[in-house]
Amino acid sequence: MLRNIDAGLGATSQNPVVEPFTRSEPTSLLLRELVGHLRQNRTQLREDWVSRITEAQLLTAMTKEEIFAEATSVYDSYVEVLQTGTFEALQTYARNLSERIIPRGVETNEVVGIVLLLRDVLARSLFAKYQTDFEKLNRILDAYEPAANRIANTVAVGFVQERERVIRQQQEAIRELSTPVLQVRERLLILPIIGVIDPQRARQLTEQLLRGIRTNRAKVVVIDITGVAAMDATVANHLVQTVEASRLLGASSIVTGLSPEIAQTLVNIGVDLGKMNTVGDLQGGIEQAERLLGYKVVQLAEAN
Amino acid sequence: MIGAMGISLDEIRVSIVSDQDIVAARQQGRALAVRLEFSPGDSTLIATAISELARNIVSYARRGEIRIRSAQNGERPGIVIVALDDGPGIRDIAQAMRDGFSTSGGMGLGLPGVRRLMDDFDIVSEQGKGTTVTVKKWKL
Amino acid sequence: MEVPILKQGSFLIATVQAALSDADLLQFRSALIQYVVRSRSQGVILDVTDLDVLDSFASRTIREIAQMIRLRGAETVIVGIQPEVAFAMVQLGLTMEGVATALDLDEGLEYLNQRSKTAAS
Repeated sequence: MLRNIDAGLGATSQNPVVEPFTRSEPTSLLLRELVGHLRQNRTQLREDWVSRITEAQLLTAMTKEEIFAEATSVYDSYVEVLQTGTFEALQTYARNLSERIIPRGVETNEVVGIVLLLRDVLARSLFAKYQTDFEKLNRILDAYEPAANRIANTVAVGFVQERERVIRQQQEAIRELSTPVLQVRERLLILPIIGVIDPQRARQLTEQLLRGIRTNRAKVVVIDITGVAAMDATVANHLVQTVEASRLLGASSIVTGLSPEIAQTLVNIGVDLGKMNTVGDLQGGIEQAERLLGYKVVQLAEAN
Repeated sequence: MIGAMGISLDEIRVSIVSDQDIVAARQQGRALAVRLEFSPGDSTLIATAISELARNIVSYARRGEIRIRSAQNGERPGIVIVALDDGPGIRDIAQAMRDGFSTSGGMGLGLPGVRRLMDDFDIVSEQGKGTTVTVKKWKL
Repeated sequence: MEVPILKQGSFLIATVQAALSDADLLQFRSALIQYVVRSRSQGVILDVTDLDVLDSFASRTIREIAQMIRLRGAETVIVGIQPEVAFAMVQLGLTMEGVATALDLDEGLEYLNQRSKTAAS
């Protein structure tokens, strides 16, 4: 443990001499001294920190080696921020770190926890180093604390933002999976729409249908909205756009399961229902599609 | 009216004078959209919006500029397109924005269509002073 | 600029290339009409697979092409509109109403064949 030896001022605890120029020591000098201390004691402080992380049972999803590797990077980034006063490198690092550890199942409280632990480990080492010079300790802490808190904030915010981005991506992927475009026969696609559709989902449905038309070379599409309770004007517009866009790809559409309410919504937004090909129910729609495609539906005689 | 403000490092400016510039502007827009990793669908929407805005400049203002740059909304990356011209300006913006749903006749400025293509839409225009349309699209 | 136009039986296949300026597109239009007249073709497939953007001008020009070809007694069918392009078009309200569309060349040819059969009967 290093001890700071006050040299040449003749100050003792019984007779403190306060030097005016040391009181107005600029923050940058203090931080430089602090950074020096952190670099000198890097190995020890990092060890302390890692053992506290393990004690607190944080980052259990990672191996000891991984924790050590990340701890090294975080420590060095931490010291670099204190030295340079700029946060860009830290923000970038926080994002990279988050990208790595989020798939491993690391939680927000763990990330916040380890950064706070580091802050504490470093603060305690400062206490130990400057315990004989209360004045100096205060000044160093005054310089250290705002920076340390901002670092903790930067890392936490970076982590949370990355998490939110991942969650949004996953939700998008789930939506993709849950709206299948079904190929029932050659050249015939069915798009069953169920539940509440918001504009974003409506847009996704349209894109999936159009891609499906191209992949399956569909000539007829049956869009079944039996399972849709209500539609506002925006989503109704999307339905119309879907029919129009499908036509641009050479596919004609049949809309089935149109409730009186939705029919009214369509009329309200100016759709000429007479021009839209609608059939009461899905079965009827499929039969009409088959007729359009030239299929003849033959009843199989039951063998006795 | 096309004030020269500081050019940010990532801003692309395309001068719009003739119809060839329309293609150049939308190709630049698509290139940036792809670099920003927008989906192919979104990249096409962006390129199409640029095409329409640039076309308006050529048709009505004879001369103007399309500025394209990346931007951040929180941590969502996005693209910002600004179409500026010192043309005659729009007399009645509300009317221009109230266009019927179908603009297939090519009548009017097609601004409601451009708004549907993008996420954010803003227009400033004054008769005799030119027009500035700003549109944005955000990822995810 | 050369206009890629192929003859397929009594039909023509014209390919619109990407990044055509407005002037190029109008030139394309007149060249195509001349071809239709010269070859007395019964139908034209307009292939726009290459177009990554189909804006209001392109849409209007294509519709005019179809109209002009119809005046010469022939059918037009547009093929190859990409899903992303179709989506952007309908956002802008460009539905190409009144012009036949098909997925690709094969579908386009089948369409024209059907139409000429119907016309002949």
